[in-house]
Formats: sequence, structure tokens, C-alpha cells
Amino acid sequence: MTDARERIAARAARLLEPGWVVNLGIGIPTLVSKYLPSDAVFLHSENGILGVGPPPASDRIDPNLIDAGKRPITARSGAAYFDSATSFAMIRGGHVHAAVLGALQIDEQGRMANWTVPGEPVLGVGGAMDLLSGVREVIAVMLHTTREGAPKLVGSCSLPLSSLRPVSWVVTDLATFRLADGGLELVELAEGITHAQVRERTEARFRIR
Amino acid sequence: MATVLGAEEALARSVVDGATLMVGGFGLVGMPLTLVAALNAGPFRELTIVSNNLAETGIFLGQTLRLGKIKRAIGSYFTTNPEVAAAHAAGKLEVTLVPQGTLAEAIRAAGAGLGGFYTPTGVGTLLAEGEETRVINGKAYLFQEPIFADVALVRAHRADRLGNLVYEKSGRNFNPAMATAARTVIAEVDEIVETGALDPEAIVTPHLFVDHLVLATERL
Repeated sequence: MTDARERIAARAARLLEPGWVVNLGIGIPTLVSKYLPSDAVFLHSENGILGVGPPPASDRIDPNLIDAGKRPITARSGAAYFDSATSFAMIRGGHVHAAVLGALQIDEQGRMANWTVPGEPVLGVGGAMDLLSGVREVIAVMLHTTREGAPKLVGSCSLPLSSLRPVSWVVTDLATFRLADGGLELVELAEGITHAQVRERTEARFRIR
Repeated sequence: MATVLGAEEALARSVVDGATLMVGGFGLVGMPLTLVAALNAGPFRELTIVSNNLAETGIFLGQTLRLGKIKRAIGSYFTTNPEVAAAHAAGKLEVTLVPQGTLAEAIRAAGAGLGGFYTPTGVGTLLAEGEETRVINGKAYLFQEPIFADVALVRAHRADRLGNLVYEKSGRNFNPAMATAARTVIAEVDEIVETGALDPEAIVTPHLFVDHLVLATERL
């Protein structure tokens, strides 16, 4: 498990508690399902399923059964189907315990940008803003820096915010941060990483617990 | 009782140039593919399409776009079809981007006879610019108007002769709300059974919402 994205997913999975209903976004969040203790959490997919199971064998794909990332899935025992309006009532209404969402940038108040990049042909918001507005705990996952090495934990986001509501946790390949007293608090370093290395690659101010 | 029609006939009776159409589906799952194929083969123009996505590049609603039949698209996620962004950038397509939960609820509100609703989703973002905001019990909300259509094209699994509908797995998605929010509702189904053959507890869309039934010939 040397891949940074896999390590982030495994760490984020440990923040989820047994019995929770959890929505996983696209990208690194999708990997989180590999690290969940089986059946301990109920995966919600905003296209209308509570109780997403593991991917099917290639000869068992049901064309009517996909997750919000449009990948084939299975439905586990006890699963339920519902329509989009009901699904987002669950999300906005605070009935979903946690969402794991990928982020492009996070500011030092924990606010996320993850839906659009000005100048690029991105015309999609999907369910990201709804999840940020209503889910009880949002866990942001991302590589600590961009491909070019620029910090993604920034003083203020240069990209458009997805919500004014701050996330609860930020998990990167270098460290795990918690939002406390309106700011970022580093609670854990990834293996082999030092505080100095995190500081060097972070623009946002943060405290160390 | 719903009338059983061919796809072309159902569209010819309901759709005019410039009409607003709701089309069910999340990607291609739950999209009425037979009706969309007939729409593409038909003469219809200047359409406003309310659908979560415009399918995938070049197929079904993606083809409707390529054929130049769509004037305006209202949806939440067009990123998977790059031709949407290209058409928008070229000034050939108006795009209204709505958060997915707001889209679903705006359709639901239209069908439920409501004049709109206040949602916390999107407050303080680019999508809130120019929109009415209101603080209720200390929390900020954005106003969203209902979204109606002239015609809804929906996809269910099974119908009875009256037009009661049951869905299949994640193919349900936007279809039940859309079936409430249009003047004319055309439901594409895999099978039409005798009235009474569906379990009343399992019916998701009661028949009063459904005008026409079309048997699916295009499937995933």
C-alpha cells in the first residue's frame, strides 16, 4: 500500500464509525470502500441507493445498478432504492452521517473548493454542494500539493468555493487535520513525515495538537 | 387510463418546437432511450431539456445536442459530455447549472404545486449570485423556483394498463419527480401488465400522473 491515494483512503476510512450512513464522492473517496470493515457502515449513493455493495463480477453486471460515479455496483442485504428528491432530502436534512469528498483546495477555515476551475470546460456541480450543506461530518481527502507542487491547503481559495460550511477533517498524504475553533489543527503525521515537511508544503496557517 | 402508443406517435401528439422537456435518467441509467431515439429521429427543434446530464457524448441526449435540437439545458452535471461545454462556449447552447438536490427538489416542488423553496445548498457560492437569500432561524438559504415542463419523458420498469409505474433499482432517480411536473407525461416501460397485477404497496408513481405508455425497444 505505497500509493499515496490508497494511504489517504485507508486513513479516511478509520474516521468512519460503525453504523454510520456514508456517502463517498468520486476519485480518492471511492477507494475508501476498500478499507471499510465489511458491513460496518451503510454506503449511500445520491442516485438513489442506501446499501451499496462491492462491485459485481464482470459477468454479473446489472445495467440498472450503478453508483453516482456511474460504476456498476451491487446492492447489499437490506439495501433500499429511492428517487433523487428523497435521496437529497436525506443529504440536506442531516440524515447522512458522513461524506468523504475530494477537494481541489481547502482554505484555512476549512472551506472547500471542488466543483469548478475557471477557464476549464467544467460544467458540473452534481451533488457536491448539497453534501456540503447537509451531511453531518464532511471528510475532505486530497493529495497535499498539486502536480506542480503548489499547496492545496491555502490561506484563501483561488478557486470558487463549494460551500461556506467548513469540513470536519482533512486527510492528505502528509497529515490529518481536524477543524477546531474555526481553524485547522494537525492531529497526525503520515508515516515518515515531519512537521517541517508539512509546513513547507502548506500555505494555510494551522496549529499542531 | 393511459394510452399505449408508439414512441413516434406519443411524441408527435405532445411535443412542439420550443417545448420544455424533462428527461429522466442519471447518465443513461433510467433514461427513456426509446423515446429519446424517437426524439432524435423527429423534426423537433429549439427544445429546452431538463435532465441531470445530457447523457454521454454523441449518444441519446448527447446526439440530440449534436443534432442541434437543444436550445437550453438545465441540469447538474454536464462534465461527462465535453460537447456540452463546447456548444456552450460557442454560444450555441444556454446552460443552467443547478445543484443536483436543488434540481430534484425544484421538479418535485413544481409537481406538488409549490411556488418554490429555500435551500441551504449553494449559499455564498458563484451559483448564488443574483439569487434571493433569506435567513431563517439564523441560517442562510437560497430561494429556488419550481421547474416545470411541457412534457416529461420518463423510464420505468413496469406499468399496468392504468399507468401505475414501478421502477428498477437505480433507474428510478429523477423519474418519479419528473412524472409529476409536466403537463403531459410519457412513460417508457419494459412491460405493460393487466390492471391489478402490480402490488399497490410497490407502486411508486400512481397512474393519475401518466398520460401515455410506450414499450421500450432500446435498452441498456
